[in-house]
Amino acid sequence: MSTVAGQRRSGTGSGTVSGSRSGTGSGPGRGLGAGALRLVAGRSVMYAVVCLLVVFFALPLLWLVLTPFSPTPSYKASLSGFTLANFEDLLANPQTWPSIRNSLVLSVGSSLLVIVLAALAAYALSRVRIPGRDQLLYALLLLSSIVTGTAAMVPIFLMLFQLGLIDRQFGVVLVLSGGLLPAAVFMLKDFVDSIPRSYEESARVFGASPSQILRHVVLPVIRPGMATVGVWALVQVWGNFLVPYVLLSDPSKQPAAVVMYTFYDAGGQPNFALISTFALVYSVPVVVLYLFVNRRYGFAFQGGIKG
Amino acid sequence: MAPSTSPAADLAPAPGGAPAPAPGPVATTPRARRDGDVVGLGRARAVAFVAPALVLVGVFLVFPAAWTLYLGLLDYSLTGSGAQAPVFVGLGNYTSALSDPAFAKSLYLTLLFVGGSAVLGQNVLGFSLAWYFRAAQRPVRATLSVLVLLAWILPGSVVAFLWQALLDRRNGTLNALIGTTDMAWALDHPMAVIIVFNIWRGTAFSMLLYTAALSTVPRSHLEVARMAGATRWQQLRDVVLPTVKRHILTNTLLITLWTFNDFSPYLLTGGGPNRESEVLPVYIYKEAIIGGHLGYGSAISLLLLLANLVIAVVYVRLLRTREPEAA
Repeated sequence: MSTVAGQRRSGTGSGTVSGSRSGTGSGPGRGLGAGALRLVAGRSVMYAVVCLLVVFFALPLLWLVLTPFSPTPSYKASLSGFTLANFEDLLANPQTWPSIRNSLVLSVGSSLLVIVLAALAAYALSRVRIPGRDQLLYALLLLSSIVTGTAAMVPIFLMLFQLGLIDRQFGVVLVLSGGLLPAAVFMLKDFVDSIPRSYEESARVFGASPSQILRHVVLPVIRPGMATVGVWALVQVWGNFLVPYVLLSDPSKQPAAVVMYTFYDAGGQPNFALISTFALVYSVPVVVLYLFVNRRYGFAFQGGIKG
Repeated sequence: MAPSTSPAADLAPAPGGAPAPAPGPVATTPRARRDGDVVGLGRARAVAFVAPALVLVGVFLVFPAAWTLYLGLLDYSLTGSGAQAPVFVGLGNYTSALSDPAFAKSLYLTLLFVGGSAVLGQNVLGFSLAWYFRAAQRPVRATLSVLVLLAWILPGSVVAFLWQALLDRRNGTLNALIGTTDMAWALDHPMAVIIVFNIWRGTAFSMLLYTAALSTVPRSHLEVARMAGATRWQQLRDVVLPTVKRHILTNTLLITLWTFNDFSPYLLTGGGPNRESEVLPVYIYKEAIIGGHLGYGSAISLLLLLANLVIAVVYVRLLRTREPEAA
């Protein structure tokens, strides 16, 4: 299967090469016909490749857009009619809202915890020369990329088990926040570093106390950075499957990411009306938040460390 | 930091409220600026600011990682005799892992997965898209990039189900599209499925990174190369690639790290059929959490951590060497 993608890719390459060679290499008089022909051929190969790529990336998404509104939802992505009945099913389902609420509790909880702790740490690390600061940041950067949910699954499971935090949402919030914090501190420190110190200096000159400066000068200035990191954390937790899946066993505590996999009937057949609408409702906030952050800060916010 | 002229200024950590505003801006500002501590937080309070974050990271990130080291040396299970009294078995878990054909197979599948989907797939496709976007018409570019981004930002559980619907045996969109009937893709070609899935899922990051990287290639250099009669391919090879070499390395290391630890194949194939797509994260999950062999699972986790460490150290080294070059 990787060969399919391979062909597409090599196709892109050859398309641009032949297109350009004919465009720049051949003189105006001699060999114009062949050059133009090659240009046309190159262009059409390229368009074919681009079309294939559009299909490749759009095809799986089709189901998410069509099925929630289909009168006969199944694995088939087709528009055989239009109905909102599936959404009524979703509203009537007793698991829908608790699981969305659980997702909100986990993601908002972790996000707030991450913002507050990361902002405090980032500010102090940016402005005060604490001994060993650079080593600390280096270690954090390393840690954030090394210790992943998958690699630390066993000890985290065991630790929460012994702390009595297994099957508790608070435990999940702590684990997720601990995992997100190093990257959050890193991003926020970058942000604080880029803020000129003159604001704080002038407040100091006018005799403001440290806590006054922090509340009335620093906080408003780093708020956009905190918002970005907060949204980043929110999205990370909202979509996380593994950690709540491993740490929460009570269905009434599980978030939407996990509950989606319980909408199966006794025969093991998925309940399509429920899954499709649920998937759509569950995805929309992520897309909206992404658009918001992207428009506002032009910042791609997924994936641990900044590139 | 500005080069310090008086050593005294560096020694004084600007204690809490010691310098009253009386000496005026002329006296406090240079010292504060050199120290960075313009608010007058002081070292003690700064440490108190950093501490809560460090405690949380320490307890839920560092400690588990360290504990993995210890657990991997035990015969420790959730149930049975191993649960009552874990026995110290030294490197026993490692030797049994290395002699277990299932582990060897999982390792091989992981390398195939990372190599095929990240190092080759996402990397090359991401670069090609970024390269193509430079000259593409706006609507084409917008459509394609939105689709690629959507695949990346949607929650993992949702995309996994989307792919199940795409590949379903009876009603799947793929079978309907290419006219094959009764083709169970996830059963017949599980590795190919998770590789193509991961290319679909993760190409956006490479695309974004390379788009940013390509915008740093000076247009004038390309212009000169074109004047000299270089073909598009020669421009790419001799002008563009040397400029973005470091970005390529960064990107490859990051996506390798993420793909290496990716659990989403589990949502697509469950590691099956017959362990045909059981990459290491899935293997650990099945051994440790489902099978209850916590000691053994920890030993494998540690190997995963070590691999992560190697990749991350290379990456951080790279970040560090970039700075003097940029300055």
